[in-house]
Amino acid sequence: MPLYHTEDQAMLAESVTGFMADEGGIKKQLRHYRDMNCQDGFGHALWKQFAEMGLTGMLAAEADGGLAMGHVEAGIVLREIGRNLTPSPFLTTSVMGVTALSGGSEDLRGRWLPGVIAGDSVLAVAIDEGPKHRPERIACKAEKAGNGFRLQGRKAFVVQGASADAIIVAARTSGSDTDNDGITLFAVPKDAAGISHENLRLVDSAMASNVTFDNVELDGDCVIGEVDGGRELLNKVLRAGRIGAAAELTGVGQGAFDITTAYLKTRKQFGQLIGEFQGLQHRAAHLYSELEIAEAAVIKAQQLLDGNSERADLMISVAKAKAAKACNLSVREGVQMHGGVGMTDEYDIGLYMKRDRSLAEFMGDQYYHAERVAQLSGY
Amino acid sequence: MSDLDAFRAEIRAWLEENCPAEMREPVRDEGDVCWGGRNFEFKSEAQKTWMDRCAAKGYTVPDWPEAYGGAGMSPAQAKIWREELARIGARPPLSSFGIWMLGPALLKFGTEEQKVHYLNQIARGEIRWCQGYSEPGSGSDLVSLQTFGEDKGDHWLVNGQKIWTSYADKADWIFCLVRTDKANKYQGISFLLFDMTTPGVTTKPIKLISGNSPFCETFFDNVVVPKNQIVGELNRGWDVAKYLLGHEREMISGAGGGDRLNAIGAVVARNGLEDPILRADLAMFDVDALAYACMGEKFLDEAKVGKAHPAQPNMMKYAGTELNKRRHELLMSAGGATALEWDSERTNGGTPARSWLRTKANSIEGGTSEVMLNVVAKRILELPGA
Repeated sequence: MPLYHTEDQAMLAESVTGFMADEGGIKKQLRHYRDMNCQDGFGHALWKQFAEMGLTGMLAAEADGGLAMGHVEAGIVLREIGRNLTPSPFLTTSVMGVTALSGGSEDLRGRWLPGVIAGDSVLAVAIDEGPKHRPERIACKAEKAGNGFRLQGRKAFVVQGASADAIIVAARTSGSDTDNDGITLFAVPKDAAGISHENLRLVDSAMASNVTFDNVELDGDCVIGEVDGGRELLNKVLRAGRIGAAAELTGVGQGAFDITTAYLKTRKQFGQLIGEFQGLQHRAAHLYSELEIAEAAVIKAQQLLDGNSERADLMISVAKAKAAKACNLSVREGVQMHGGVGMTDEYDIGLYMKRDRSLAEFMGDQYYHAERVAQLSGY
Repeated sequence: MSDLDAFRAEIRAWLEENCPAEMREPVRDEGDVCWGGRNFEFKSEAQKTWMDRCAAKGYTVPDWPEAYGGAGMSPAQAKIWREELARIGARPPLSSFGIWMLGPALLKFGTEEQKVHYLNQIARGEIRWCQGYSEPGSGSDLVSLQTFGEDKGDHWLVNGQKIWTSYADKADWIFCLVRTDKANKYQGISFLLFDMTTPGVTTKPIKLISGNSPFCETFFDNVVVPKNQIVGELNRGWDVAKYLLGHEREMISGAGGGDRLNAIGAVVARNGLEDPILRADLAMFDVDALAYACMGEKFLDEAKVGKAHPAQPNMMKYAGTELNKRRHELLMSAGGATALEWDSERTNGGTPARSWLRTKANSIEGGTSEVMLNVVAKRILELPGA
């Protein structure tokens, strides 16, 4: 398969690009909801528009009312979300959440997916339990109680967790913290008794919750997939989240790059455009090169994942690490090349720098994924 | 089964039958590369057999038309050919500047007669070509070149000197940039082809820091070049040269595949990897190398259908060569004192050290990294005054 978009994908990209620029722009969304101190961190009206565009259910099966598209298509949406810094539950809900629920029973899918696809509901995903991404270690416990389970423990960095209608929780139903087996995924409704949120604003103005589950009683029908056999489904969710975050990072990097090169073409010092200075030209050209390479790695990984290739895991980690490195370079160079105004809240470049930080951390940073590349390569 | 699946099965079966086992071993050093040419000494019978069998099927230049010695493969078929070669670790049957550089230029600018004559020779590995571009005073500023071809009616009389001519001492013919109009800088250069045995052509190898001499100084003293040996129009050789440079940059960038794109951590770790910081650097390198390999694939896919930016090979060349230099720095660190050995048997004559030193030319030859960045800034980013 060639490493560029098919005609259908190119058409999707065209319509999503226009939609996101018009409706999801920085002023209309990110600054608007940030400045009103919105506790969701995103706008529900835009989420409804996502549904009207057919984006909310793009990964869901056709039998579930979705479009049965793949990660290349989801990546097209995420890249534009990244480019416009659009606050949206798309990655956690429509990419990770839907991937998790697709491994569940018909009843469970019927309970949550229609709301998601209609743009009425939002999902969050609770995997990590500390400040760093360590999905190999799951301590949060779900013990059998009657016909159901009792959930006990804490989850960290649950993006939009306090706004979600259901939280997908990876919990331990047997074994010890680092065991591969003994994991079960649950779809926990937000109104279940015993859930408390420490709802926090992050550096990029997104909201994330540290969630405490204090003896939360769950029906057996909250279980997604098999009891104790949830590791592979969790891995699916992780793959979706990682490649999705990588795609969004390439958008953030590209957005920062575009406004920076535009600035180089308008700002004058010493009587000339600063873009004429070779010192800046070479840095901009190097940055272009890094962003292009990251984008290539991302589309390759998306295609491998959609094709169920055994190389997908390796290339997803390559893509996430490379996208994080390239995007980080883009926002750092962006602020520096903007000079003093790059430090102001008025200019957008600083917003890109903040978003890059959050996204790089989400689903594992470049160090986590480089380590994974080494391990998957056998060293 | 789709047509492409059937094609893959056909290629797979042919390779199984025809690729000698010895040609499925990794290339260890320069001597394992099959360059072809009048005086080429094949290292083994298998090397010759492999080249001849491929040439007979057009597989040395799979995507060239059959009339010119190729197999007429579509882009998708050529990709399958490369994938199937890679799958069994087969060496390229024939490597040459004729295939990578002159061939594409002839396909675009050559007359029908030139295409039939020269391309078939290239495809069969009969003629080995070298490239006469740089001169002592014209490196990065190539267009200032001085080698002059005086119009003598039915021929040009060429005088001047080239430098950094790769393998000029081993080549049979040269494709050469020659000034044919002193009044016009860009539109005063012609692209000439001539035999290296023509009276007046001499070569002198240049010894490099690696101890090897892949480059020569090449001197032209009243060399007679017949008028039918020009490619493209008189005084428009710069257009041909620029087109060809794109292919050269693509080749040096390693976009087409090969060892230099591979991750290295696992290979290094086979001999033990005790230093955690080195391991971390290797992992970061592998991320970059594996991502760059995707870029190479993407670039080739896009180039085949005209989607790639025409200046993209400059970016590829920059990124690929810088990566390759980093790769060899890491290999030297991993090798420790053994990698320092200059002529020992166990290092196959100092291969690690000599290869490491050789890579330093990657970001100089065919346009320096700095020139590549200039071109990207100007033609892709459209920055002012660049």
